[in-house]
Amino acid sequence: MTDARHARRLDVVPAVVGILLLGLAGIVAWDAASLTLATPYGLGPQAVPNLIAGGLALLGCGHLVAAVRGGTPGPELADPVAVTWIIGGLVALIATIGLGGGFVPATTLLFAATARAFGRRALLADLAIGFGLGILVYLAFTKLLTLSLPQGPLERLL
Amino acid sequence: MDALAALGQGFLVALEPSKLLFALIGVFLGTAVGVLPGIGPALTVALLLPITFKMDPGGSLIMFAGIYYGGMYGGSTTAILINTPGESASMITALEGNRMAKAGRGGPALATAAIGSFVAGIIATLGIAFLAPWLVDIAVRFGPEDYFALMCIAFVTVSATFGDSPLRGLTSLFLGLVLGLVGIDVLTGQARLTFGVPELLDGIEVTTLAVGLFAVGEALHVASRRKHAPEEIEPVRGSLWMTAEDWRRSWGPWLRGSALGFPIGALPAGGAEIPTFLSYTIEKRLTKHPEEFGRGAIEGVAGPEAANNASAAGTLMPLLTLGLPTSATAAIMLAGFQQYGLNPGPLLFAERPDLVWGLIASLFIANMMLIVLNLPLVGLWVRLLAIPQPWLYAGILVFAAMGTVAANPSAVELMMLLVFGVLGYLMRRYDYPIAPIVVGLILGPMAEAQLRRALSISLGDPLVLVQNPVSATLLAIAFIALVAPFAMKGLQRFKAAED
Repeated sequence: MTDARHARRLDVVPAVVGILLLGLAGIVAWDAASLTLATPYGLGPQAVPNLIAGGLALLGCGHLVAAVRGGTPGPELADPVAVTWIIGGLVALIATIGLGGGFVPATTLLFAATARAFGRRALLADLAIGFGLGILVYLAFTKLLTLSLPQGPLERLL
Repeated sequence: MDALAALGQGFLVALEPSKLLFALIGVFLGTAVGVLPGIGPALTVALLLPITFKMDPGGSLIMFAGIYYGGMYGGSTTAILINTPGESASMITALEGNRMAKAGRGGPALATAAIGSFVAGIIATLGIAFLAPWLVDIAVRFGPEDYFALMCIAFVTVSATFGDSPLRGLTSLFLGLVLGLVGIDVLTGQARLTFGVPELLDGIEVTTLAVGLFAVGEALHVASRRKHAPEEIEPVRGSLWMTAEDWRRSWGPWLRGSALGFPIGALPAGGAEIPTFLSYTIEKRLTKHPEEFGRGAIEGVAGPEAANNASAAGTLMPLLTLGLPTSATAAIMLAGFQQYGLNPGPLLFAERPDLVWGLIASLFIANMMLIVLNLPLVGLWVRLLAIPQPWLYAGILVFAAMGTVAANPSAVELMMLLVFGVLGYLMRRYDYPIAPIVVGLILGPMAEAQLRRALSISLGDPLVLVQNPVSATLLAIAFIALVAPFAMKGLQRFKAAED
């Protein structure tokens, strides 16, 4: 009884992955077709992409077959709030650095958001720790290792 | 005799104070990241790539190797004390090791793991020193078609043969191969898959992919299931010292584990999981105390830990002699060689013997340092586990962001980090292996270059791949390794239907 119902239902995850893989195969093949220059002999630049596109298409079909056949174990429970906090922290990092805010404020935000995702509630304390860590890393890298990290108004003072 | 002289030269290099310092930093970092859950040697080396860019190549590579070895030692500590193996290779150690810790025998479990790792590390490094020159002699005669065939074997074994699902492993590999296509085609100068984004013309940075998949992906994964899977640290109780009985029961498994781990790691067969599983099964069968298995048998820690370390050393064989990475860490170490313009392989042995043999000699030194660091200081490492998880992962992400912008200071690079992080999270969540995608990115462009070289030498005749006996054999092995898991699955289904 349960078996029959199971067999009729489509497994969502492999179905979605299968469709994405077929789409990716299409993109790779389309990109390869746009390459016009070829090498005089041997393989041109489009040969290997086409091979890979073929492989992706096969894997996509394999996923669709797996989806129809069913029986893929479902994923574990997940906490979407925590995931959102971390992704939010990374977006804040990218925005801060992209807008010229500099490395230290950017990592401060990332640190606090990640700590929050892992269940910390002391936002101010975490911001302070993140700020201290950011300054420490910034100084170690720019002064000791002479590597450049993104600068903002604050970093120019250091 | 040649190997001995070369190794002696290597020791002269490795014993220079600056090299010793690099080795010490490496094993220290390696043990720390091995102990800490969520970061492993692959991620650590990836993070260090941009930082070491300006440093001495020999020293940096010694440090990377120290991290690799150290990670293998440290991983067992986490497996035994909190039952969360830092890497898949320590999964088996957790089985018996954590039971031993719960029964108050955590000390001897840690000791047999560390000494077993030492024994295996020394045996396997001797294996590298004596077998590498021999393999190099063979590899010198390899043409591009042979290299292409070897890489096909690596692709297949890393992704298909040993995972639980060849379909998911191959999917991961092909995603890596697609990422490897991005950038300018070296032969014709045309941009592939860049969609007009100038930052993509140079290709995808290995650092960004590895850091995104390993650091960001892991942080997302752990955060998402934190509420559902709490962890418990088992305090180390009782004496660290192994009793005479423990020694008697450990030395056999150590030697057998090394004998299993080294060849399986050295063949381009990928993964430390198989030798650890094999070692566990063998010890379970050979033991005089079968009733203890499942309740904390010391053999079940000693054997797999030795196998795990020996196979890690084994993967350095194909890496150094053929330039062929068969694990995620080895793949990133290859990227480390490449950032200095060095290409591991027979030529490197001829051109930079000081560097290669210095590296091999430093592996012996790293092992000595690790046994000292791990046995008496295990209490110190355990204290690392007391770092609150929120700060640990927040710190990891700060370093991940730093490594990425240090390699390439642009917001586009950080966006790629985010995309790869989400990808890594989804892959973990839906059980797709991570290593094949990294190997695909690094090895894919190399395989394409060798294939095109082979076909332009043969003036476009594809039969060159199967006319040469070496490449024909290697391609046949790759094909069998690709088809075997599917065929075996089919057989099982057939049998099940018959029953």
